[in-house]
Amino acid sequence: MPNLTHVDWLIILLYCGFVLGIGYALRPYMKTSKDFFQAGRALPAWLCGLAFIGVSLGGPEVIGMGAAGAQFGLHSARFFAIGAVPAMIFAGLFMMPLYYGSKARTVPDFLRLRFDGKTRTLNACTFLAMTVFSAGIRLYAMARLIQALHIFDRLFLSAGWPREGIFTFSILLSAAIVMAYVLLGGLAGAMYNQVLQFFLLIAGFLPLVLIGLSNIGGWSGLMASLPLSGIGAVHAGSSNLGFGLCLGLVLGAGYWCTDFRVLQTAMAANNIESARRAPLIAAVPRLFLPFLLILPGMIAIGLPTPHSTTTVTTTAAGAIVHETTIVPPQDAQGNGLVPAQADPRTGKLLLNAAGQPLLDYGMATPNLILHFLPTGLLGLGITALLACFMSGIAAGVTAFIAVFTGDLYKPWIRPDASGQHFIAVGRWAAVGFILLTIAAAYAASGFSNILDALLLAFSIVNAPLFATVLLGMFWKRATGHGAFAGLLAGTAAALLHHGLTLPQAAQPGLHGGWIAVLHLYPNALAQNFWTAILAFSANLVVAILVSLCTSATPDVDLVGLVHSLTSRPVRAGIAWWKRSETLAAAILLIAVALTLFVY
Amino acid sequence: MNLDLRMPMGLMFTFTGALLTAFGLASRGTAIYALCQGIDVNLCWGLVLLVFGLVMMVVGSKGQKKIEMGRQMANPSKARQLRQGR
Repeated sequence: MPNLTHVDWLIILLYCGFVLGIGYALRPYMKTSKDFFQAGRALPAWLCGLAFIGVSLGGPEVIGMGAAGAQFGLHSARFFAIGAVPAMIFAGLFMMPLYYGSKARTVPDFLRLRFDGKTRTLNACTFLAMTVFSAGIRLYAMARLIQALHIFDRLFLSAGWPREGIFTFSILLSAAIVMAYVLLGGLAGAMYNQVLQFFLLIAGFLPLVLIGLSNIGGWSGLMASLPLSGIGAVHAGSSNLGFGLCLGLVLGAGYWCTDFRVLQTAMAANNIESARRAPLIAAVPRLFLPFLLILPGMIAIGLPTPHSTTTVTTTAAGAIVHETTIVPPQDAQGNGLVPAQADPRTGKLLLNAAGQPLLDYGMATPNLILHFLPTGLLGLGITALLACFMSGIAAGVTAFIAVFTGDLYKPWIRPDASGQHFIAVGRWAAVGFILLTIAAAYAASGFSNILDALLLAFSIVNAPLFATVLLGMFWKRATGHGAFAGLLAGTAAALLHHGLTLPQAAQPGLHGGWIAVLHLYPNALAQNFWTAILAFSANLVVAILVSLCTSATPDVDLVGLVHSLTSRPVRAGIAWWKRSETLAAAILLIAVALTLFVY
Repeated sequence: MNLDLRMPMGLMFTFTGALLTAFGLASRGTAIYALCQGIDVNLCWGLVLLVFGLVMMVVGSKGQKKIEMGRQMANPSKARQLRQGR
């Protein structure tokens, strides 16, 4: 059990107090629905950029990067850092001018402007379902982490409450904090806290990496201590480069270019140039931060594996003292600080095909925090992790209420209501969202790997949407009927594929195979990859065919919505080194240099 | 929005830094730093966060003044009052 003292608790409470205080300070500025749902479209580029990167560094992503570092080493940086950058540059230079310039409030609203109302409604419904599901997974993961770190164990012990209640208590407490600051500050409240989370992440993880590196003998010591199996895994990972690149292209680009949870931060910028710069500003820390988050995983697996020991000492009085340190079998059978996985029902260790224990890589970063950070910094490290989880959930709340209010409630129920009415509806929607998320968090307990669950949601919703948005922005012949049919076909293909396939060793149900099991995949990652590819391709083919069979929209109605019909941003008066294109070129050069370093 | 984020953020890091610095001073030379080569990391990192927080607060207060000026300029009657005040 970690020794959380008053200082650690003070730091955690200080953070909670400030996030609520920021929401409270912003409340007087929430006068119009634009202020509440779009942060007044008045935020500077740097703030939007840091919030953009903050959303993408939610709890599962931070834990996942540490896990990937432990499993695949430094090479995993290419997926998290270098792989994301081209999509972010593309989103900034080519997509933001259309999203922002069209004055769309949300991504479904852009689909309404570009195509029609039915396409908007379909996308709004699938997006809302995905947002509830993914926020539920995040909430579940956060509660599990709080359990694993034993944060509330002492509180429950001293109060005499049953320890089984910690999971529910963690879920309710974190949901209540997130709901409070979103109700008070709207999108601005969430974005301010995402920026706070970004700096907290650096403040919590930089000393962790420095202390870990100094203990393991610096960079050379780390490289020498990495297990051979890990290096093997790196090379195995290299052979799957094509697989990873395809996965990144469909799911990664779909995420950065169409996920409204992320894009809402750039769409809150104070002008079109700031909106373009926001993803580019985010790309700079995106190049370097994954190294800070991957290294804890590498250090954790490079450290010696703990074993039970007995030391014999003789006291001054001549007494012989035997001191035995018992290490749980999960830790002793693990690798470094990465424990072995145990079956939650039987407690028995899980073994792979070779009879070796399966490792719980997700515990690499939390275990390193508990191992190295002393009282004080321990509170800061835990606060950083909790901040990541809460800001990811908050991004879901703000995206949900904007889409629900603007794309479903307003057009279908009360088109002529006042702005104050929509703010009230948004606040009630936030309460409803939190309740649905809590229910989804309990449903998510059926997934053994939370990243697989998140990828499943993205592959069903974002992959087909990416095809629709690409066609809408870059092919003026795409029509509303085509987009609707494509989106329907893509989503249906994804669901059908999931219902007919199953990862090996999984039970039919949440993991797939709920219609019939026609094909078995080696793992859930491969299943999600093919779900995404199929959804994207089905959407693209059906949308093109139906568009060609239906009458085209006149060019004059597509100005500002299609790239070829939209005038380029005015650059006169902006020095060449201040332009977004220059920033994008510099980021690409750094990405190339980092790629050479990683290889 | 009419609130410069750097102000509250600077305040939070100043408090956190001050807390870590004070705890670092109180816990110097104790066993909790055994895995940190004996370095009082709370004191060192606390000072870093303290400086960062103070810099943020200074920059943020300047930004907040600019925001207030901008708001007053956007309101003609307030702008007139401001000019008269000068």
